[in-house]
Amino acid sequence: MQLLKFIQQPWHWSVSGLLIGLTVPALLILGNKVFGISSSLRHICAACFPANITFFKYDWKKESWNLFFAAGILLGAFIAGHYLQDGQNVEVAAATRERLAGYGIHDYRALLPSEIFSWQQLFTWKGLIFFVIGGFMIGFGTRYAGGCTSGHSIMGLSNLQWPSLVATICFMAGGFASANLFIPLIFKWLH
Amino acid sequence: MKNIKYLLAGVFFGIVLVKAQVISWFRIQEMFQLTSFHMYGVIGTAVVTGIISLQLIKRFHIKTLSGDPIVVAPKKFSKGQIYGGLIFGLGWAITGACPGPLFAQIGMGFSVVAVTLVSAIAGTWIYGAIQAKLPQ
Repeated sequence: MQLLKFIQQPWHWSVSGLLIGLTVPALLILGNKVFGISSSLRHICAACFPANITFFKYDWKKESWNLFFAAGILLGAFIAGHYLQDGQNVEVAAATRERLAGYGIHDYRALLPSEIFSWQQLFTWKGLIFFVIGGFMIGFGTRYAGGCTSGHSIMGLSNLQWPSLVATICFMAGGFASANLFIPLIFKWLH
Repeated sequence: MKNIKYLLAGVFFGIVLVKAQVISWFRIQEMFQLTSFHMYGVIGTAVVTGIISLQLIKRFHIKTLSGDPIVVAPKKFSKGQIYGGLIFGLGWAITGACPGPLFAQIGMGFSVVAVTLVSAIAGTWIYGAIQAKLPQ
């Protein structure tokens, strides 16, 4: 029980970072697998809707480990979300809380605010922007960039690949623009 | 059956993603508003750990469990890393997620993120369909 309590408290960034970083050698040692998750979206397309598109004509079954890994993430998050949380509100920097209050966001019970991430929002402008358009940009952008935060920013940088550094700088540039220009504009327009 | 080990690796990684709070929409806003060091600390530590691990693997010629040499293909540069990177970055701050965290957010209980995941799959599909017409 002591151990469970210990795990349930929020983890320090250094512990979290170490464990995420160790995923890189773990997958290589388990079977020469290169850490990366966005490829799973491509494999799903290749498996379910190849539609005679060249980009999806390859033997996705050879890469099926990636789909098992993604399914594992879902399962692991279920376990952590249901059994390994301490039930406290999440800690968020005061300056950010102030800005979010201006957006009408006040719910800090979970890692995502219920004011945006709930089914009631699905058929609203908020739902269109935060789920449909946001999701589309993740899928389109990561595939165009040839990887995501895991494939480029962690795996690629770990292997000292300069194209991954370019990609990471662009991820960050897009994020800064989004969080500081577009998201304030979106909420201004929504209210 | 040979894929069970990757399922288990995923379970471990999913637990870490939640406990690291890197799947938190709040943490992503903090990162891009420069109001907290948390995300920079996590990603920085992960990269340093990854660099050291790969150097050790190379130096000591560590092999896979089945005894094969470990090889990591280099990444090739394309303009997609710039254009695609910017597009993904915009979506990252809006959704508070990259592809891994999408699966984790759903697993954690935010079932509506399944809509985001379906849309991300659609985005990947559209990219595949128009890939030849985009600058590479």
